[in-house]
Amino acid sequence: MTPDLFFQYLFAGVTYGAIYAIVAIGFNIIYNTTGIINFAQGEFVMLGGMIAISLHQVMPLPLAITLAVALTMVIGAAIEIIFIRWLQSPSVLRLIIITIGVSILLREAALHIWGESIRSLPYFYGNEISSISLGSVHLSPQVLWVIAACGIMVAGLSLFFKYTPTGREMRACSANRTAAILCGISTRNMVTLSFMLSAGIGAVAGCVMSPITYTQYDSGTGLAIKGFTVAILGGLGNSMAAVAAGILLGIIEAFSVSVVPLAFQDAIAITILLAILFVKPHGLFGSSVAARLKDF
Amino acid sequence: MLKIRNLDAGYGKLRVLKNISLHVKAGEIVTMIGANGAGKTTLLHTIIGLVRASAGAIEFQQKEHTGSCAQKIVAAGCTLVPEGRQVFASMTVEENLILGGYMLQRREGKDAVLRELQYQYDLFPVLRERREQYAGTLSGGEQQMLAMGRSLMSRPRLVMMDEPSTGLAPLIVREIFKIITRLRDEGNTVLLVEQNATAALGIADRGYVLEVGKVILQGPAADLLANSDVQRAYLGREKIG
Repeated sequence: MTPDLFFQYLFAGVTYGAIYAIVAIGFNIIYNTTGIINFAQGEFVMLGGMIAISLHQVMPLPLAITLAVALTMVIGAAIEIIFIRWLQSPSVLRLIIITIGVSILLREAALHIWGESIRSLPYFYGNEISSISLGSVHLSPQVLWVIAACGIMVAGLSLFFKYTPTGREMRACSANRTAAILCGISTRNMVTLSFMLSAGIGAVAGCVMSPITYTQYDSGTGLAIKGFTVAILGGLGNSMAAVAAGILLGIIEAFSVSVVPLAFQDAIAITILLAILFVKPHGLFGSSVAARLKDF
Repeated sequence: MLKIRNLDAGYGKLRVLKNISLHVKAGEIVTMIGANGAGKTTLLHTIIGLVRASAGAIEFQQKEHTGSCAQKIVAAGCTLVPEGRQVFASMTVEENLILGGYMLQRREGKDAVLRELQYQYDLFPVLRERREQYAGTLSGGEQQMLAMGRSLMSRPRLVMMDEPSTGLAPLIVREIFKIITRLRDEGNTVLLVEQNATAALGIADRGYVLEVGKVILQGPAADLLANSDVQRAYLGREKIG
């Protein structure tokens, strides 16, 4: 392998890894406040992309993306309010099955609204053939958008959870729900908020990746599996670890292309997921102690 | 301040509390003693709104609160220091205290919370020393103080405490009880649930004895301490002869 090819693979891996990481962070936020895995997370990504594509036909791109993210957040909140909020102490299994149901619902709704056609947003800067050269490596400018979006979201979320009162209250709900209730915090509102936040983050991912990966009514499913793998790989609930794990998975997938056929790419993610669940269920960066003192 | 009349509560079909009546007046320490499974924790959880009452009435500050959610009752000025401390382990001591001031902040704003924070640091100097530490790394006694400080941050009218002495060394227990006495002397009202009957009755003004979901005895704490039934069942003293 030439050095050029090596870096080309590396950047491709980092790009996909950043996308997986964003999806995984969406999983983590909801997991932290509710203890459940929201299997409709991939659908939030798809919705963000699809809504932005539709809106872009009548308005400029930045506005379309902003509105798409806002709308997806509203949808996320609505899902929580309609399907989850009113349940009296539901079991984890029941909640997980509800989210699977919701994911099917959203996918079918998307099929009805947008059909089976594959769409995409235009490149944010330049077009398909424009490239930026970093030394001898040629990159699509969109790659930088993806990586920047991931970085900004991670930084923003860290600041939000650490320094804002609302972030602190959300962490309190995840650290000890009963105690949060005893402080007078409305844990139900915090759960709604976490669905909104996850939906918004998913929608941003859906928008920045759309020019590269394209968007279809069912593109959320595969992403959800990858994102879930990454969330587990990093250690559930830990967003920083999710970024590292996402990039790791992305790079492994990118380099695997030079060894095994492209079709096996998805199988690699599943294999890694199974291997982690067998060998290190707390994730690469999570210890059993940290799992007890879990934090965002 | 707090009046409970003919309260029934439980989980599903299981009736844990049967026809409980009690009251707490402003400025006193009232203790509720009883063995494991007597329903002490359930009673506190019903008052604070974590468990729903199936019959009876809870009145706090002359207002009906039966069936209110926890948020409303906490907002009305009744807090609970839960059993087993329940601190936010992965957050710092100071964050824990600020979260305890959630209601105060909504009522009086951020400055009031910061003033109250200093007041709690004066009451529990060890918490000031450890303000940047994660609550999960504190010792049991320190966590108990943190849980108490967190509850007091909302400037409650009534503080309910669920077994504050559990799992603590005798020396620490004495210190915790000294703080509870001090809280009363500063004008707070305390409802104290304890298995450690000697210590609880030692500082309380009045007491109730709970047995399998019923109040079987009540009266001034000194009378209960002298009561032979209480001595036999809860204080481990048997009269010989």
